Amino acid sequence: MYVYSIYRYINAKMRNGLTRKQVEHVAELAHIGLTEKEIEKFREQLSAILDFVSKLEEVDTGKTKALSQTTELKNVFRQDIIKPSFTQKQALMNAPDQYKGYFRTKKVF
Amino acid sequence: MDLSDLTIKQALQGLKEKKFSARELALASLERIERLDQDISAFLTVCKESALKEADEADKLIAQGKTTGSLTGIPYSAKDVFSVKGVKTTASSKILENYIAPYDATSIRKLKEAGAILIGKTNHDPFGFGSSTENSDFKITKNPWNKNKVPGGSSGGSAAAVASGMGIFSLAEDTGGSIRQPACFCGVTGIKVTYGRVSRFGVIAYGSSLDTIGVITKTVEDAAILLKEIGGRDENDATTLNEPVPDYLKTIDQSIKNLRIGIPKEYFIKGINKEVGVSIKEAIKEFEKLGAKIEPVSLPYTKYAIPAYYLSGISEVSANLARYDGIRFGYSQKDAKDLKSLYFESRAKGFGPEVKRRIMLGTYALSAGYYDAFYKKAQQVRSLIKQDFDKVFEKADILIAPVSPFPAFDIGEKAQDPLQMWLADIFTVTINPAGIPGLAIPCGFTSDNLPIGLQLIGPRLSEPILFKTGHAFQKITDWHKNKPNLK
Repeated sequence: MYVYSIYRYINAKMRNGLTRKQVEHVAELAHIGLTEKEIEKFREQLSAILDFVSKLEEVDTGKTKALSQTTELKNVFRQDIIKPSFTQKQALMNAPDQYKGYFRTKKVF
Repeated sequence: MDLSDLTIKQALQGLKEKKFSARELALASLERIERLDQDISAFLTVCKESALKEADEADKLIAQGKTTGSLTGIPYSAKDVFSVKGVKTTASSKILENYIAPYDATSIRKLKEAGAILIGKTNHDPFGFGSSTENSDFKITKNPWNKNKVPGGSSGGSAAAVASGMGIFSLAEDTGGSIRQPACFCGVTGIKVTYGRVSRFGVIAYGSSLDTIGVITKTVEDAAILLKEIGGRDENDATTLNEPVPDYLKTIDQSIKNLRIGIPKEYFIKGINKEVGVSIKEAIKEFEKLGAKIEPVSLPYTKYAIPAYYLSGISEVSANLARYDGIRFGYSQKDAKDLKSLYFESRAKGFGPEVKRRIMLGTYALSAGYYDAFYKKAQQVRSLIKQDFDKVFEKADILIAPVSPFPAFDIGEKAQDPLQMWLADIFTVTINPAGIPGLAIPCGFTSDNLPIGLQLIGPRLSEPILFKTGHAFQKITDWHKNKPNLK
C-alpha cells in the first residue's frame, strides 16, 4: 500500500510533467552537464516518456515477483587461478592522459 | 556469377572446389564497399589490408588442404560494438570515437578461429539506442532498397551491408529488436538467440539482462551454420548457458508436419500496415501447406511490453554507461577545471541526445523514491510477460508474428520524436525481457518494393525448431533471394 501511494503521488506530479529542477537533479546524479536549451528540451521529452511508461500502473503486480534475469543460473563460480591479463601498456593504451604508467586525471578539489 | 551474392554455404562449396580464391571472395565484398558505400554508409571502418592478408593465408591453407576452421575464407562485417583487437570500436558514439579495443570479443575470437575474415565494422544507433540508425554520431545509413528510407536499427549498418553484398554475413546484437527489425527492413534474415546462448564478453553493453549476440545473414541455413560456431559457455561471461550447442544443420531439413504454430492476436492489431498484414497471412498459409497446425493464441501482457522493456533497459543503461568517465578511455574534456567538471563535460560532449535521454531516464527510474514505482514495477511486469509466453508454449511449439507493424520508414520521419521511435519496436521488444529466441525472415514486398518480414518466436533454446521452420519456408519461397537494385 505504501508503494501504491508513492506511485499515485508520482503520477499526480507527472501529469504536470517534470520540473526543470528535477531534470537538473537527474543530470547531476547522472554526471551529465546540460545546457539551458537541453534542460527545457529534456524536460518536455522525459515528461512525455515518463507519462507513457506510467501505463504500467494499470497492471496489478501485488503478488508478482520481480524478474531481473532469465537464465535461472545462480552463483556461477570459477577456479581462482591467476591468468595473464593486460600489460600496463595495454591497459593504458586508450588513456586520455597518463603519467609514468598511471592514469592521470584532474584534481578532486 | 557475382561472388558478393553468395551465401556462406555456396561460398564454402566454391572455395573447396577451387572455383575462386578467398582473395577473390574478399575482394568482391571490398569492391562493393568501394563502389556503393559512399552512398549507403553502412561501414564505419573498413579493414581492407588485414582482410586481404587473412584471405591470402586462407588460400594457402586451402591449397594445402589444411583448412582448420569451418568458415575459412568467409568475409563478414561486425556491428561496431564488438571489440576487435587493434581495431577502432566506437559504439557509433563520439565518446568512443578514437577507442582501439585491446582484446577480441569472444564471438570475434571464435569467428577468427573458424577462419572467417573481418572486412569492416558497421554503423548503428549509438550503444544500440534506436530503431533507424539515425542516432549514430557519425553517419546515417541508407536502406539499399530505397535510399530515402532508414535501414532500421539499431544494427542498420549490418543489415544494409548484408543486403548489398558487402560481406556475406554480419555479427550483430539484439536488445529489443536490433537484429530482427533491420533484417526485416532490408529483406535479410536475422536471429536473436536465447539469452545466454552466445557470450557477450567484449561487446559494448546496452542492457546486460537483455543483450544477445546474433547474426544477420542471407539465409536461415547460414544463421544455423554461424550459431554453432559462436554459441556456447564462456568463462568470461557468467550468464552463458551450460547446455551444449547442438549441430543445427543436422535438424534443419526436418519436416514441420504437425508443428503447432500459434498466432498471437495481440500482434495483429488495427494500425498495422495493410500490405504487411496481407503478407504475413499469406506466409501463414505456406506454413499450413507444409503441414503445420495453426492455432490462435493470446499474450495479454503484450501491450505492457514496451514500457516494461524500456524501463528495464534504460535502468541498466544508466549503470552500464557510468563507466564513461573520461579517465581510462574515451572522450575527455581537456580543459576541465577539476574531476567533477571532467565527468560532466566529457559526458556532455561525448554523448549524443538519445544516449543522454536514456541515461537520465534510467537514473530517474533507479533513484530514491522512484525505484519501486518504475524499476521494480517493470521487473514485475517482466515476470508477467514471461509467464504469458510460458503459458502459450504449452499450447504452441512456436509463434508467428510480424517483425514490425510497417515497412522501412522515411529518413527523418520519426527522428524528432523519441517516443514515436520507441514505439516502432512494438513487436520486437516483447521477447527480450523473456529471454527467448526469435528468427526474422523476409516474407514479401510492399507495392513500393520494400521488404516485409515475419518473425518466428519459440521457447528458450528452441533455435533448432526456429531454424528448421524458417528453412522449410525458404525452401518453398524466393523472398530471401530478392536483391536490391544497386547499379
